[in-house]
Amino acid sequence: MKKWKYLTMTAVMGSALMLGACGSDSAQNGNNAETNAPASSGQDAADEKLQGAVAGDGSSTVAPIIEAVVEEYAGTQPDVKVSVGVSGTGGGFEKFIAGETDFSNASRPVKDEEKAKLDEAGIAFTQLPIAYDGLSVVVNPENDWAKDLTVEQLKKIWVEDGKEKKWSDIDPSWPDEKIVYYSPGTDSGTYDYFDEVILDGADLAKSATLSEDDNMLVQGVAGDKNAIGFFGYAYYLENKDKLSVVKVNGVEPTNETIEAGEYSPLSRELYTYVKNSAMKDNAAAYDFVKFTLEHAGDMAEAVGYVSLPEEKYTEALKTLEGLK
Amino acid sequence: MRYIDDTVVMKRMTKRITFNKIWKALFFLATTFALVTLAVLLYRIVTQGVDYLTIDFLTNFASRFADKAGIKAALVGSLWLMAVVAPVSIILGVGTAIYLEEYAKKNKLNDFIRLNISNLAGVPSIVFGLLGLTIFVRMMGLGKSVLAAGLTMSLLILPVIIVAAQEAIRAVPNEQREASYGMGATKWQTIVHVVLPAAIPGILTGSILALSRAIGETAPLVVIGIPVILQFLPNGLLSQFTALPMQIYDWAKRPQEEFQHVAAAGILVLMTVLLLMNSIAIFIRNKFQKRY
Repeated sequence: MKKWKYLTMTAVMGSALMLGACGSDSAQNGNNAETNAPASSGQDAADEKLQGAVAGDGSSTVAPIIEAVVEEYAGTQPDVKVSVGVSGTGGGFEKFIAGETDFSNASRPVKDEEKAKLDEAGIAFTQLPIAYDGLSVVVNPENDWAKDLTVEQLKKIWVEDGKEKKWSDIDPSWPDEKIVYYSPGTDSGTYDYFDEVILDGADLAKSATLSEDDNMLVQGVAGDKNAIGFFGYAYYLENKDKLSVVKVNGVEPTNETIEAGEYSPLSRELYTYVKNSAMKDNAAAYDFVKFTLEHAGDMAEAVGYVSLPEEKYTEALKTLEGLK
Repeated sequence: MRYIDDTVVMKRMTKRITFNKIWKALFFLATTFALVTLAVLLYRIVTQGVDYLTIDFLTNFASRFADKAGIKAALVGSLWLMAVVAPVSIILGVGTAIYLEEYAKKNKLNDFIRLNISNLAGVPSIVFGLLGLTIFVRMMGLGKSVLAAGLTMSLLILPVIIVAAQEAIRAVPNEQREASYGMGATKWQTIVHVVLPAAIPGILTGSILALSRAIGETAPLVVIGIPVILQFLPNGLLSQFTALPMQIYDWAKRPQEEFQHVAAAGILVLMTVLLLMNSIAIFIRNKFQKRY
């Protein structure tokens, strides 16, 4: 009997202690964030300290840039609670439509059906560009035939036409081996962008291995001589030694060719879509997006993407100011 | 005269003994397979993650620099999550078990309830995530908060706790109840003073094991859309938060190889929490087991 009471007491006190510990942790939160903040972004520390919450979601391609921005932002405005999910471009828009987020990151422009649903929900939004990405097509380093592909060849390789394809079907001089496909998952903007630009919306090869985790794609292509895959430029950069990148219409994706728009049609803009009403009513949200546009270029370069030309950011900032 | 021919027997025996040995070896292989997998997994995670496992790792927020990245937000978030899941699921679960075992009469309705609780235990966790998203996050307007995620997780482990508690209560000898009634105690008094104290080790063991499932579960959190990029700690039940498995998944997806190591360090933290919880369960079981 006593043990039973003793146990209940321990359980109650234990949970009280745990909650207490959590509480004191959050009290120190402000201090820690300030001391942890890297100094690089300190120059334009805002005069007024804002408070509030900002919620976002969206593309996993954009996530590393936003994470860097959020980290820097916590140094200047420690009391603004920014939280960003990584549900993929499509998943992010779904939450944007449900009114759960103030901004949604996307690695492709908003689709018509998403636009219609946003209109229906009465959500006015604005598209702001934050960086460039060069969608990179990669093959195994042992692959010595597919070094330079035209858009037509890419289409022929990736389109679903009901039969199994071999490399020799694309070009008779290539090996008589089955092509193995690796592609980002259907919820990702990368999939949608590739599908639209290369396949004109036709179905992508059904035998493709789809994964939301780009590292799985890297491993897949690195482990199979006959594999081909595509993903964001950052993943190629980090795995340069394991993969070989395919030139598209003779152009290799590099920071220069992507920024100059020469790496076409696979270089794309990454966006964040902001809810107009949030920019107007939520000072913290406005301030965070402004901070994002001011620092997105540097942060993008830091995590393996390509910065937009300066004018584009200035223009986006002007658009944002118009929303206030 | 000999009735048994030794050589014939031995000939048969050898065959049977070999047969026995082959099966023994096969079953042993089956056992080692699981152990070897676990060992390889542990070895890989420990060698990858141990360098990143520092005090800073526990006290820093996530960062784009692998060597500055920390798990503070996720660790505290997971503790908050447990602070919701533990009371909600244990109170509801034990309550249901007491009703089903002590009060409910044996009729079709109660059989139907019992059957469905077992069914519920087999529902994939992602389905509970969808349920949580529709009901708690959207309909009740709780948002992606500690409370919404905690309630979802509670539903997920509720059937496990109910079944464990039912079994613990059923294991209490009936003589004990009858003795209590014989002393003039009411049903309620019997449950509180006789049945529950005797069943508590079994109930707690089952509950803690169920809670350790909840702390490692990712799918429902992904469906609810728990954010992973944040630089603050939750300060209330309606606050946004992130949890250990979400943070680990996010790191594992990063292009930079160092982040795979950071993810491994995160897994070590999660496993430490899990092992701690499991050892508490074992401790309770050993301490209170031999009462009858």
